[in-house]
Amino acid sequence: MNLKWIISGLIPLVLLIGVLALVLINGAGIEKDPAAPVEVLNIERIKVTYEGFELSVSNTGPETLTISQVIVDDSVWNFSVSPDPTLNRFEDGKITISYPWVMGDPHAIKIITENGIITEGEIAAATLTPEASWSNFLNYGFIGFYVGIVPITLGLLWYPFMKRFKRKWINAILALTVGLLLFLFVGTLADGFEIGAEAPSVYQGNMLVIIGAALTFLLLIGFDQYQQKKQEAKGYSPFKIAFLMATGIGLHNFGEGLAIGSSFALGEAALGTFLIIGFTLHNITEGIGIAAPLLKTKPSIKHFLILGTLAGAPAILGTWFGGFIFSPIWGALFLGIGAGAILQVIYVITKMLVEDHRAYKEPSVSWLNLSGFTIGMLIMYFTAFFVKF
Amino acid sequence: MSEESNLSRRDVLKLGTAGALGLAGSYFLNNLAPFSTSVKAQSHRPNHSKMNHNQMVGNMTKTSGYKMAEKLLTTFDYGKVSKLPTGQTLREYEIVAIDKEIEIAEGIKFPGWTYNGTIPGPTFRCTEGDLLRFHFINQGSHPHSVHFHGIHPPEMDGLVPISPGQKFTYEFEAKPYGMQIYHCHILPLARHIHKGLYGNFIIDPKTPREPALELNMVMNGFDLDLDGENDFYTVNGYAFAFMNYPIKVKKDQLVRIYLSNLTEFDLLNSFHLHANYFTYYPTGRNDNPSQFTDTIMQCQGERGILEMRFPYKGKYMFHAHVSEFAELGWMGFFEAE
Repeated sequence: MNLKWIISGLIPLVLLIGVLALVLINGAGIEKDPAAPVEVLNIERIKVTYEGFELSVSNTGPETLTISQVIVDDSVWNFSVSPDPTLNRFEDGKITISYPWVMGDPHAIKIITENGIITEGEIAAATLTPEASWSNFLNYGFIGFYVGIVPITLGLLWYPFMKRFKRKWINAILALTVGLLLFLFVGTLADGFEIGAEAPSVYQGNMLVIIGAALTFLLLIGFDQYQQKKQEAKGYSPFKIAFLMATGIGLHNFGEGLAIGSSFALGEAALGTFLIIGFTLHNITEGIGIAAPLLKTKPSIKHFLILGTLAGAPAILGTWFGGFIFSPIWGALFLGIGAGAILQVIYVITKMLVEDHRAYKEPSVSWLNLSGFTIGMLIMYFTAFFVKF
Repeated sequence: MSEESNLSRRDVLKLGTAGALGLAGSYFLNNLAPFSTSVKAQSHRPNHSKMNHNQMVGNMTKTSGYKMAEKLLTTFDYGKVSKLPTGQTLREYEIVAIDKEIEIAEGIKFPGWTYNGTIPGPTFRCTEGDLLRFHFINQGSHPHSVHFHGIHPPEMDGLVPISPGQKFTYEFEAKPYGMQIYHCHILPLARHIHKGLYGNFIIDPKTPREPALELNMVMNGFDLDLDGENDFYTVNGYAFAFMNYPIKVKKDQLVRIYLSNLTEFDLLNSFHLHANYFTYYPTGRNDNPSQFTDTIMQCQGERGILEMRFPYKGKYMFHAHVSEFAELGWMGFFEAE
């Protein structure tokens, strides 16, 4: 009986393997050789050094390829590839080009393979790529510190002011928080897609964002429900919400750090400086958001420090990551996770608001709440001008 | 996390101090950080001084493409010569269209369409008044033809497509003397020519020209990604031909270059000689106004003869005077000994 059952499961599997083997051996029956060579070379990172350029490349196509020529600014240039100009499938290589680049100028690099497939790389404005030295490490860390931790802590300082509010007003602030978060969610997702599009197509950067967001959202909800069931607790502890918010916002701030770090690494210092100002202003509101769920409790200063660090410190990690090791694949994944975490917080706060109003037999979308929500969105919208110019 | 502890006024002050410290830090440290809008890079003068024209040539081995370009420089196809009963000289040539991968720059393969397996095709040569028979065999994958410049009956003009596997014989008398070209004339023209179906065709005058070291050069380009822009500019089909191995000439020897422009996608190409001047005969005609210069330009299909002597021993560079073309491969050296 049992054997029969196992066999019934195995038969389709064996047949499937048979079909696949047939296709692999005989081809799909249309054409054996592709019309043109399929070569996909991916430029992962261009480092501008004192000597010239250093490109990290990988062969993400189905075939082995050979790098034969490099053209910089419409000029054939000498280069070397380590370990070897011939890259196997998924093999990485480093192209070193000695080139007298010009400070602040754009430079275009063309890599041509043996079969004449051209891959283009661009340096928007040439400047030395920051080396991973101690002082640079510290400098990037400071940027992350005053983009992340400082404004969020400043936002948290509004706590005593907000604490005197009545229940309805507190709920309006919570609704405002939902507005802020919704904006952040969409923004984080969009940033993720933007970075994901730069990743090699095999890794499907955009799907990575979706997978990261969906799984994080569901995992956090699942974990939350499991915890509640275990503790048999009613409702949400305000601290946990603030904690969750700080985590979600932290991941979002990682993305902000990433943007700042990589814009400096790509030589766009002016953009980087604007991003710092913009994000700093932007992030003050995040502090308000994190403080909002705590209005009915009596938190200690330790709590605020933990929350501020949790939400702000990832910006430091982000600037390091963006400045020194940025890769679009990881960027997309992290931003996806950030978006998922923010979505979960939106879900939790909204649910809490709805439940609270239901307990008092009030409509949850009151004029006050709607106004709070709208203001939240608008605050984010307008402070974002500093980031987008 | 305990919820009992209260947030005292002192705590708020502490928090404020932290914030103020952060702000102060951000202000002062910003001056130390190298992230101001004017980032200063170190001068790379040492890097510059290391660079010369060797920067653009690869290794020193002669690859197949390099050898092809060298061979085309000095090889002229005079055909199979015989006398007709009338006393006229008959020259019979074989010209075969072949699809062939050509190395156009070190390590870069180009899926070309060729006459007799090279880009450009062979340089056909005859004397004014000869009867010419070109036995054309199309072994390529597309219909092709051979359109010769010169004066001949219109039915010999190469406008009729010769299908793959078919043959055709072009027959006409060689005239006028001078420098001609030939190329495929099947639509789409740009594709058929850019793929490599062209070459030089020299009709010598009945009174021979002064003996000289004779060289054949076809200026051409290759567009690898078919975006309508050439990725490499070459002479005789190979980028940086004659850079590693300069063309050897003797001091004061007369050097004659048969030069044509068969570059697609660009309106003009040019030839510039360093440290010397040359006499230029447009279309290879002595009766055309000539020029004494160091730079000439040719539009697509234009051609002419350059004559020069090198007064000093040493290396003389030649290249397209459009810097882009030069740096993308159209650059080489003469070496006078």
